[in-house]
Amino acid sequence: MSEPLLEARNLRVEFDAGRGLFRRKRFAAVEDLSFELRAGETVGLVGESGSGKSSLARALLKLLPAARGQVLWSGEDLTALSGAALRMRRRDMQIVFQDAPSSLDPRMQIGDILAEPLKIFEASAGARERAARVARMLERVGLSPRMTNRYPHEFSGGQCQRIGIARAMMSNPKLLICDEAVSSLDVSIQGQIVNLLQDLQRETGMAMLFISHNLAVVRQISRRVLVMYRGRLVEAAARDALFAAPLHPYTRALIAAVLSPDEAPARIAAEPIDDEPRSSRALAGCAFRSRCAYAAPVCGERPPRLEAAAEEHLVSCHRHAELAAVNTPPT
Amino acid sequence: MHTIRYFLGRLCGAVPTLFAIITITFFLVRVAPGGPFDQEQTLPPEVVANLNAAYGLDQPVWIQYARYLRGLAHFDFGPSFRYKDFTVTELIAQGLPVSFTLGALAISLALVGGVAIGTFAALRHRRAADHVSMVIAAVGIAIPSFVLLPALGLFFGIYLHWLPVAGWDEGSVADLVLPVIALCLPPLAYISRLTRGSMLEVLGSPYIRTAMAKGLPLGTIVFRHALRPALVPVASYLAPAVAMVMTGSLVVETIAGLPGIGRYLVQGALNRDYTLVLGMVIVYSSLLIFMGLVADILIAILDPRVRLEA
Repeated sequence: MSEPLLEARNLRVEFDAGRGLFRRKRFAAVEDLSFELRAGETVGLVGESGSGKSSLARALLKLLPAARGQVLWSGEDLTALSGAALRMRRRDMQIVFQDAPSSLDPRMQIGDILAEPLKIFEASAGARERAARVARMLERVGLSPRMTNRYPHEFSGGQCQRIGIARAMMSNPKLLICDEAVSSLDVSIQGQIVNLLQDLQRETGMAMLFISHNLAVVRQISRRVLVMYRGRLVEAAARDALFAAPLHPYTRALIAAVLSPDEAPARIAAEPIDDEPRSSRALAGCAFRSRCAYAAPVCGERPPRLEAAAEEHLVSCHRHAELAAVNTPPT
Repeated sequence: MHTIRYFLGRLCGAVPTLFAIITITFFLVRVAPGGPFDQEQTLPPEVVANLNAAYGLDQPVWIQYARYLRGLAHFDFGPSFRYKDFTVTELIAQGLPVSFTLGALAISLALVGGVAIGTFAALRHRRAADHVSMVIAAVGIAIPSFVLLPALGLFFGIYLHWLPVAGWDEGSVADLVLPVIALCLPPLAYISRLTRGSMLEVLGSPYIRTAMAKGLPLGTIVFRHALRPALVPVASYLAPAVAMVMTGSLVVETIAGLPGIGRYLVQGALNRDYTLVLGMVIVYSSLLIFMGLVADILIAILDPRVRLEA
């Protein structure tokens, strides 16, 4: 198998959670997380709010520092890079943010916003070529090339998201991370943007990490799906395998919670999101056990490890083998 | 084009404001007890009567007011009551170049230095350089110029002999160095704190994150994306900063013995030199109104979403 385009190894991302008496308290948004992304592949990343999806995305691009672990880009350790060397890699890895309107500089015309990556990475391109490529890209994302001298606030949310995508695509990246790129849009616009992303991917062959809490969208777009819970990877599998036979109780609950016209929705025990630092004691067992319908004594004793349940199907649950026999998700 | 029309509109709008200021000042100085010819030695009543007649003070106040306005319409500020044989226009024309040079240098230095220090502190947020510069800024705001200027003069003038302590030798740059420093420090300190605050806010905004994700160099992020919005509060502060420098210059010019116009306002007020006070008020308030207008136009340039509407 060829070398992965992007690989995270035991990545940990942490934030300050106030200062204790002797040392700062740390909160791990991402903990001991490893995965690979191959060139041209689309991977979906799901999980509830606060599960660390966005922190992971930003750490992968080194917009946030990694507290521990490595991020390898074509085998090269990004965590060791800085300054100009890191900036040059950014050309190949771009991100589309969730909050599109505020991610655009309100004081710049969109033509300038789109031309900026060309100015940095392709300094040889003249003004005329830049203008032509900006116009082509605007057309490509379904906006009029005549809009170049407008400001971001003159566009709707969906249009801003298209501008965000166009901006990310200007440098022809090899990887596009979409961090909840469609979540703030209404359903019909979501569909258009997802189609646009799929078209762009077909044309350019770029890889995509598609982050969403919307399983329906992830299912449509991804080849593989990663499930995160409380900063850890709890399940990773090919799309069809995951949706047909989810192994982790959390994945099951997520899938069961998707509204379907045929069935009444299943319920997942709600739990207040704890913003306390995760102490070593809290990590003694499985983080999901307090919400898990299948929690057993072993779940409180030691944390489960991510292990292969089938080929290309990783799960982090003590009881996944027993649960595989249970076909119906909990009600 | 739009900006020019707005600019002219605002200039016309300044006329009533200025008129109101002139009117209020005109009557206020006359309400104050005492008159321009009161001295320790009481003058004979005949002399006072002659003087009053010569300067038109024997007329009813509203006639004096009408005469003054008629003079103003011809850009005639009238004769000074105390500087004999000088008109107010002549006095201001003598002192204004000195005061203007002093003030313009102080404001420019405060802007450039303040923005640079504030930006630097924001980029070094919560590190030593940030803390040090902000402490210095706090001190800069707190120390009044009448303390700072003599202290500077003592150190650089008397101990080190680098610069003159006070005085004015036509065209000598060295004479201006210490007064400009003393004058610019409070607004510089204030602007650096202002810039740091707004810069921190801007640097934390999502579109700066976008700029970082794009792979822009730090300099481009700061100068192209962050500085413009961060300067909006600084532009709003421009008119108050000019006022601060103007009031500061009253003190600084006196201490440093500079022949500017600052002393005329103080002496004019003390001597009840009605026309001189009015002339100074007109100069100062015109400048302030003008700087307010400049600030509004600057803000519109900094933020294209602001529409200038008269």
